[in-house]
Amino acid sequence: MVLLLEWLFYFYFLVIGKLWYEFQRFVRLSKRLDKLIPEIMMKKSDLKGKVLLQGGKVVNPSSDSIQKQDILLDDGKIALVEQEIEEEKADKVIELTDRVIAPGFIDIHTHLREPGQEDSETIRSGAQAALAGGFTQICCMPNTIPPISTEGDVLFVKNKAQNLEVKVHPVASITKGRAGKELSEFSELVEAGAVAFSDDGSPVESSQIMRNALEYSKIVDRPIVNHSVDQDLKNGGIINEGKVSAQTGLNGNPPIAEEIMVQRDLKIAEFTDAKLHIPHVTTKGAVELIRQAKERGVKVSAEATPHHLSLTEEYLKTFDTRGKVAPPLREEKDQQALIQGLKDGTIDVIATDHAPHTYNKKETTLDLAAYGMIGMESAFGLMMDNLVNKNELSILELVKKFTINPAQIMELDICRFQPGEKAEFTIFDENEWWVFNEESVYSKSKNTPFFGTEMTGRVKKVIIGDRVIEIY
Amino acid sequence: MSLSINNLFGLEGVPKEDINQIFDTAFSFREVLEREVKKVPTLKGITIVNLFFEPSTRTKNSFALAEKRLSADTVNFSASSSSLKKGESLKDTVQNLCAMKLDVVVMRHSVPGSVRMLSKFVDAVVINAGDGTHEHPTQALLDMMSLKEKFGKIEDLNIAIIGDIKHSRVARSNIYGLKTMGANIKICGPPTFMPADVEALGVDYTYDIDEALNFADAVNVLRIQKERQGSGLLPSMREYRQEFGLTKERMNNLENKVTILHPGPMNRQIEIDSEVADGENSIILEQVLNGVAIRMAVLFLLSGNR
Repeated sequence: MVLLLEWLFYFYFLVIGKLWYEFQRFVRLSKRLDKLIPEIMMKKSDLKGKVLLQGGKVVNPSSDSIQKQDILLDDGKIALVEQEIEEEKADKVIELTDRVIAPGFIDIHTHLREPGQEDSETIRSGAQAALAGGFTQICCMPNTIPPISTEGDVLFVKNKAQNLEVKVHPVASITKGRAGKELSEFSELVEAGAVAFSDDGSPVESSQIMRNALEYSKIVDRPIVNHSVDQDLKNGGIINEGKVSAQTGLNGNPPIAEEIMVQRDLKIAEFTDAKLHIPHVTTKGAVELIRQAKERGVKVSAEATPHHLSLTEEYLKTFDTRGKVAPPLREEKDQQALIQGLKDGTIDVIATDHAPHTYNKKETTLDLAAYGMIGMESAFGLMMDNLVNKNELSILELVKKFTINPAQIMELDICRFQPGEKAEFTIFDENEWWVFNEESVYSKSKNTPFFGTEMTGRVKKVIIGDRVIEIY
Repeated sequence: MSLSINNLFGLEGVPKEDINQIFDTAFSFREVLEREVKKVPTLKGITIVNLFFEPSTRTKNSFALAEKRLSADTVNFSASSSSLKKGESLKDTVQNLCAMKLDVVVMRHSVPGSVRMLSKFVDAVVINAGDGTHEHPTQALLDMMSLKEKFGKIEDLNIAIIGDIKHSRVARSNIYGLKTMGANIKICGPPTFMPADVEALGVDYTYDIDEALNFADAVNVLRIQKERQGSGLLPSMREYRQEFGLTKERMNNLENKVTILHPGPMNRQIEIDSEVADGENSIILEQVLNGVAIRMAVLFLLSGNR
């Protein structure tokens, strides 16, 4: 009797124990599967032979048109674009009803951190992030370690990027080593593949060097991109100087620090008749100065970032270092001025200023935290929500800010939907509701305040030549 | 009996009921401090760390005394003796300390928001003992307690705050606390010492000290940091005294009696004359005693929440 009880007892523990073990294994496995999801969120495959893209709405900024059109691809080249193409002509049909087909997006302001800070981002991981955001061409800023300052540096970037789907265009430094003293070798750099010049991260402080840079840039006819801030007036400020700096005691960076530098550069560009591009414009005053300069015929273009168009300085009331960016998040009135600038063409481009940082660079006090946030994966969704869905811009206008305008500034090619061209499309769903979260991020770094943000409008597919990248 | 807040980062957003409860508790601890045996066993077994990343004498001693009076166990940590000098990050330092199972962290740091930021990494009650130019909530609480002791109320009192408003955590905490309690506030100082968007603070301001003094029932005089001279914000300390100092002559010419507060340490003969600081209308020393009582109350009420 005792033996039987003992036996039952052991049996009970054995069976329950085994079941418990299996259950634990299942939990562990499903947790691992969760982690694997980002890998399978983006699927790349070949698109050989004759492929018909059927039923999509084609947004063509080159001809200023939106219309429903079928596109027939032959080994990655456009064979035919017509109202309706018979399915018999193709080996494979991709159904795109309710989808919008635009030329591949271009982001002219990214930081890829390679060489030097590969723990934050590499050219390869940055290119993945670009695809996830619908960008087929990106320009990378030269504030790497060492800076992209010589022919060799430019070739290094080109070489690292040569087998990627995304085209990476290096921006080279205005001055040697970004030191603000002597000009870089502009013509050799352009020869090697640089598309523009910038010391981004810091301004060219000397007005004389800036004058020389703009004047000399005329031999290569490429824009000078100057990070507009008067360091003296910035005075160590880390957030916008205004309401929130008054309330929190955080050291403020006044709007005039940006505006005075913008005005200086506009005046020099006007005087030298050279091409100036003003990155990340943030203040109402700066928008006004650029508008007036454009009216006077100054060769100036300007960009705004999705985060300045989506957040204001109020975000910093939480002291969250993810809101620390340069230039700082400004006030509501500045945001409204940026939107107005986008509408009337004062601001030509939306560019992300994608700035990856490892989390330990952000998990510190606000004074020590690094400036910047990642942006490529969230850019299009944010802009659909904050501009198109709020009736500030039409889809066509928004697509222009992402395609033809940046292409013109940096002299890049975009797809014009003409037979014979290589296919390069970004396909999105203007009505899909989604939540931006960690799984949406392909960058090596996760420094963004937008996790959990709901968006309507999402990039679904990117087609580059005979490659198709699907984003889930 | 507990507060609605779990940590004390600042007085912005702290409800009136909480502040009143802190006052009530502090007044009863004041009585304890008047006794012959000044120690109570209230926080026996609770461990408190005083993390001071910035030099401090008054606040640090006031907290230390409050902790001793409540029979808590304490650990002191200051930047000079720390491994911060060896390049350890702030986060690591605090996490290491808190891995030793502490209940309350009292922290001072030079950067606004740092106390709130570090509270994310630790499982303990966090009390702000001054975070840069942001807030210094226990100082404002003791200032208000001293006003309440003197006037019997805070509501509808006219309070002037004079000095370097822009860089003052004492001013900010006082403004938030006094606004919650229903006082009328006027801030006064040179324009270079005012925040750019001064309206954002939601109080009146003036550059004329006589206007501020004629308005006030009580005036909180801020310390002028001598290192500001040469920063270009002020021509000289001499000119500051002439324009914004509580000089003997200026106070003698006033028709009304104005109560004087100062968070210390004072620069005698700069922002305040000795005759005024030591005069009959000054409650500066009461502030110091109330400081211990307020800190006892805050420590007691917040550890009770744990």
